[in-house]
Amino acid sequence: MKSVRHGGIDCDVHPALPGMAALLPYLDPYWQEQVTVRGIDGLDLSSFPTQMDAHGRADWREAGHKPGSSLELLRRDALDGFGSQLAICNPLYGVLAIYNEHFAAAVARAMNDWITAEWLDREPRLRASITVAAQNAEHAVDEIERRAGDQRFVQVLLLSQDDVPLGNRRYWPIYAAAARHGLTIGVHAGSTYRHAITSNGWPSYYLEDYAAHAQGFQSNLLSLVHEGVFAKFPSLKVVFIESGFTWLPTFMWRANKTWRGVRAEVPWVDRPPSDIIRDHVRFTLQPTDAPPTGADMERVLNQIGSDDMLLFSTDYPHWQFDGDNVWPAGFSDTLKQRVLVDNPRNAYPRLKEALS
Amino acid sequence: MTPDDGRILVAEAPANASRSKLKLIDCDVHHALRSSKDLYPYLATRWHDHIAQFGRRRPVPFLASSPYPKTAPALSRTDSWPPNGGPPGSDLAFLQEQLLDRYNIEYGMLHLLTSGMDERNQDLGNALCCAINDWQYEHWTQKDKRLKAAIVVPGEDAVAAVKEIERWAGNPDFCQISIVTHSIEPLGRRRYWPIYEAAEAHNLPIGLHSSGTNGHAVTSAGWCSYYVEEQHNVALSQQNLAISLVCEGVFERFPALKAVIIEAGFVWVPAVCWRLDQHWARMRGEVPHLTRKPSEYFRSNLWYSSQPADEPENPQDLRQVIEWLGWDRLMFATDYPHWDMDNPEHVFKFRMTEAEQQQVFAGNARAVYGLA
Repeated sequence: MKSVRHGGIDCDVHPALPGMAALLPYLDPYWQEQVTVRGIDGLDLSSFPTQMDAHGRADWREAGHKPGSSLELLRRDALDGFGSQLAICNPLYGVLAIYNEHFAAAVARAMNDWITAEWLDREPRLRASITVAAQNAEHAVDEIERRAGDQRFVQVLLLSQDDVPLGNRRYWPIYAAAARHGLTIGVHAGSTYRHAITSNGWPSYYLEDYAAHAQGFQSNLLSLVHEGVFAKFPSLKVVFIESGFTWLPTFMWRANKTWRGVRAEVPWVDRPPSDIIRDHVRFTLQPTDAPPTGADMERVLNQIGSDDMLLFSTDYPHWQFDGDNVWPAGFSDTLKQRVLVDNPRNAYPRLKEALS
Repeated sequence: MTPDDGRILVAEAPANASRSKLKLIDCDVHHALRSSKDLYPYLATRWHDHIAQFGRRRPVPFLASSPYPKTAPALSRTDSWPPNGGPPGSDLAFLQEQLLDRYNIEYGMLHLLTSGMDERNQDLGNALCCAINDWQYEHWTQKDKRLKAAIVVPGEDAVAAVKEIERWAGNPDFCQISIVTHSIEPLGRRRYWPIYEAAEAHNLPIGLHSSGTNGHAVTSAGWCSYYVEEQHNVALSQQNLAISLVCEGVFERFPALKAVIIEAGFVWVPAVCWRLDQHWARMRGEVPHLTRKPSEYFRSNLWYSSQPADEPENPQDLRQVIEWLGWDRLMFATDYPHWDMDNPEHVFKFRMTEAEQQQVFAGNARAVYGLA
């Protein structure tokens, strides 16, 4: 076990912004004043309540600190804890949900400065996603251009439940910029809560919200395929982060069948959705949403039909598993090795160049 | 959703007799109004005038088109337009010939895609539901005993819905209660519980056929662009609906309630259960009203119609999914006369044992609906 674990690339860790005060040094004077005078703070996403056990594993917490806000703990529990050679930081602060797009762009820029100075510069094993204000693609592209020279930024981060599904053309300038710079598009679970999080309205319980991320991701997958994103940007890779993946086989069966019946509507989709998904879309390991037995998991993996699609992740500091039990039953050592290193390298062009 | 318009294309219907000796129960048959005037005999004059002046108002952008135009007029097979001129499903004799006789169907469970539930004027919506049920009874179930109707109820007004259930409960022509699935709130929420209480009391399953409009975006990620997406998304929405019924505690409060998910597929059920169980284990403190794992409610209170039956790359994988689902959960449906109808002779691409066929094509539905 130890040998197969060592040297992995953890594709989902969550450094947490302690609060707006931490961003003040990185905001321009106008926004420094706005934030201070108006007392703007607390933009953590309702999708990921930081106080929940599920979003801060008990043994990874430190009293008085937001889970994920300490580099020392992240080093100890995520990097050293799993022997990872690299980890990709996906900060979840609520930039994408801000209504004022100028403010959103300012916070995105500050977030990227903050993660550079306080995380990447202090820990060589860390890589990061670029936080963007996708509310306005021009703002987002400006920010991507600003960061593209720093090879430690390996992807652009979006949320799975935004205003419109992610295949929509309003996002295409972002995809064009990502493709131009060899950046991957990361889609993390999360809603801006700008509309009901199910097409039947608002559920009562957080458990339902969290479960519903799977359906939200599936809607996005349909959108990315059928709007023709991968026909337009053939080099683009999209990583679904914290989406679960055991729903993927049955989703692909339905997507293929519907496409066969209705494909005249989307003539640019010239092969079955499952082929496109296997070529372009990747999924992080945690949460696994595993079936009851390892044998069942082997069947699901077999139905997924590709060893290339899963990327190692701990989802630190979220609580998806206990101890170091990051591997669900049913993964062979060969597959683990692919998930740990080969698949992340192939999903992130910038990691491929960085590592031997 | 009202299939009373569209170009009429009549093709030669093959007259083959069924090759199957098995008597089938078809859990999704669509009859249709020739026009909304069919309901006038059952509506107060006030509503005739109202409809003439104001029409129906639902939370949709277009007066007479789906926001996502379908692949075919009236969503239907081109050969299903009756020779006498009405829309597909509107002519009993033609439906008997093309479906019931042709495929040796013992019972066909009717689902009308017109409901008063998503009408914004609630009084009109209630009147429409009552009229629809009168019309179903007089023109369909009384004319062919193979056809069984669903009590169409104005589910957003639970008091009126219960009244309508009470009006028909005990009538053997009505085998279930129909609620549109695109409800204003998730169907597990308390405002709908009086309906479930009445359903359980009268031993009537809730039939949840993908239908209706509620003004919410059709995906949890906003409005999509294409029908190829929307068609799949209505199935995703039924997943959220099942999650709602389970997590909000409907089956804990009404343990004998049966719910049938219709035209949303079934292959997704195992993965939804795995996910729910896993996260329930960490968050169960939030839902102390659940005394069992979420997956157990799926196994005891939910059933699924088969159409559109999925076609895995390896056909045997479908058998695997049904093993995970439970052979007692799946009920065959054609979805006649819609374009994506399943033919019972070709629907499953793997071999079932006779006992399995018996369950899926008839036995499970017989048990759920209490059919003789």
